Amino acid sequence: MRSIYAIYRKEMNNYFVSPIAYVVIAVFLVLCAAFFNYFLTAIIQESFQMEMQGMRFGAPADFDVPTQVLRAFFGLLSTLILFFTPMLTMSVYAEERRRGTMELLMTSPVTDLQIVLGKFFASLSLFLLMVLPTASYMVFMYLRSEPRPPWALLLAGYGGVALLGGSLLALGSFMSSLTESQLIAAVLAFSADLVIWVINIFFIRGSLGRGNTVLQYLSVIHQYEDFTRGIVDTSALIYYLSFIVLFIFLTVRSVDSMRWRRA
Amino acid sequence: MIEVQDLTKTYGSVTAVDHVSFTVNKGEILGFLGPNGAGKTTTMRILTGYMPATSGTARVAGFDVFNDSIEVRRRIGYLPENPPLYPEMTVESYLDFVARIKNVPADKRSGRITDALQKTSLVDKRTELIKRLSRGYKQRVGLAQALVHDPDVIILDEPTVGLDPKQIIEVRHLIKGLAGSHTIILSTHILPEVSMTCDRVVIINKGKVAAVDTPQNLTTQLKGGQKIRLEVKAPEKSLQEALAQIPGAGKIQIESPRQDGHLLATVEAVPGQDLRSQIAAKVVERGWQLYELRGVSLSLEEIFLELTTDDAAHAQPTN
Repeated sequence: MRSIYAIYRKEMNNYFVSPIAYVVIAVFLVLCAAFFNYFLTAIIQESFQMEMQGMRFGAPADFDVPTQVLRAFFGLLSTLILFFTPMLTMSVYAEERRRGTMELLMTSPVTDLQIVLGKFFASLSLFLLMVLPTASYMVFMYLRSEPRPPWALLLAGYGGVALLGGSLLALGSFMSSLTESQLIAAVLAFSADLVIWVINIFFIRGSLGRGNTVLQYLSVIHQYEDFTRGIVDTSALIYYLSFIVLFIFLTVRSVDSMRWRRA
Repeated sequence: MIEVQDLTKTYGSVTAVDHVSFTVNKGEILGFLGPNGAGKTTTMRILTGYMPATSGTARVAGFDVFNDSIEVRRRIGYLPENPPLYPEMTVESYLDFVARIKNVPADKRSGRITDALQKTSLVDKRTELIKRLSRGYKQRVGLAQALVHDPDVIILDEPTVGLDPKQIIEVRHLIKGLAGSHTIILSTHILPEVSMTCDRVVIINKGKVAAVDTPQNLTTQLKGGQKIRLEVKAPEKSLQEALAQIPGAGKIQIESPRQDGHLLATVEAVPGQDLRSQIAAKVVERGWQLYELRGVSLSLEEIFLELTTDDAAHAQPTN
């Protein structure tokens, strides 16, 4: 435990002494704010139109603006996560390998699993730090909107963001452990993210029948959609947790394999 | 403290380390000498638990480096060929991190860090970012990193590379000072380093151990013993003839006369015999003028070259 914390501490320290973390977080938040603002105005406008139509044709439409905004926003977050997590994980192992500091970690009395977990928790913390400021929009919505945004949707939405983020971070870290180049690590992570993102639409038109359901289950974004509706499905939870465990396991194997390769 | 038995490491068809065996006693400094690519780094990496051997065993403080890797790593301080540094960290925070992953208890940490900083004369650089340090200072930070948890065994891969002559002397002093309480293995391809710092030397070439001995024994006993050099004013032919008459004299080499007519001759002696007085007597008897007469032992360089450039057949362990 102490060793995991030592690795975690060093990782966090390194994130915040290099400009990468600041730039990534700043750009992410600017994009989030811009899109949130856009969704808010667009959906409020839409609701006015609906109301006017309702007045003209009788039967006023039941239109819940906060829920619509939140759904659109969580949908957007998932897309931004796809683009931003590879940048958070690209250096995790690649840079240590390039500098030869992996040799220090691997000759210290820490197990490979402790190294991998320390690094994973650090990247997850950084990710949560990146996403957390967007909760301030929710506070604002909560204070000013009518009806109030549903708590269940908020919590499920952020839970989904954390799980989706954790999965892509685990995948990205694994990719980073395969190479000494940060750029290659980022490209590999992004491509792999994209593939598991759209794995269901690749075949959705094909006549795979059963296979379609399986592919749909495998898509990270399909699993995420329930969360944006405020539903926490056990199968989605199991999906994300096993995804994270699988890639942590693969990363441990990959770190171990560095011992067998010629340096 | 360290026992290595028949250690072998192959990468595909390349054998980097070939049945290497040696032991290091507690408190001793062992020098690992060999040309680049001889297998020094690979052997050290196996000892530190970084990579597994293909066959053979290595034990540190009684623990097997493969089966009890974590126990071994607890007891080892290791400076790899390129010091493993995080350039964005300060010297102090870097050493703090290393102390943490080496399981130094919280109450001893700052004491150990200060100690390592003092030993490597880095105290006034403690708050400096590592990336702003010069090559020599970086090397010292790497050294401090290997000492910070006060390990029983210290393994240093070419510790003086990249240092200026003054720093090299400092580092050698430091290493000598660490012996006794620590067991040290250091690798180098610089010969004087070995004769100055090490108690024993393992000469390694093409993955094989070519010789294990003290630097003194290697220089005096190995390979045919003494040579005698003399400077004399004499006709070349009769000098050759006269020297050959001395019993026990081996190969005789005479350099062509210098401008002042002096000849420089080298006589190889049978081991264990000192021919100097006989040569002096001979020269005086013939009435020649003797300017210099001295015994030369083979330098480590010569031994090293002889051992490492010989055919494989001659490169077998000599003792």
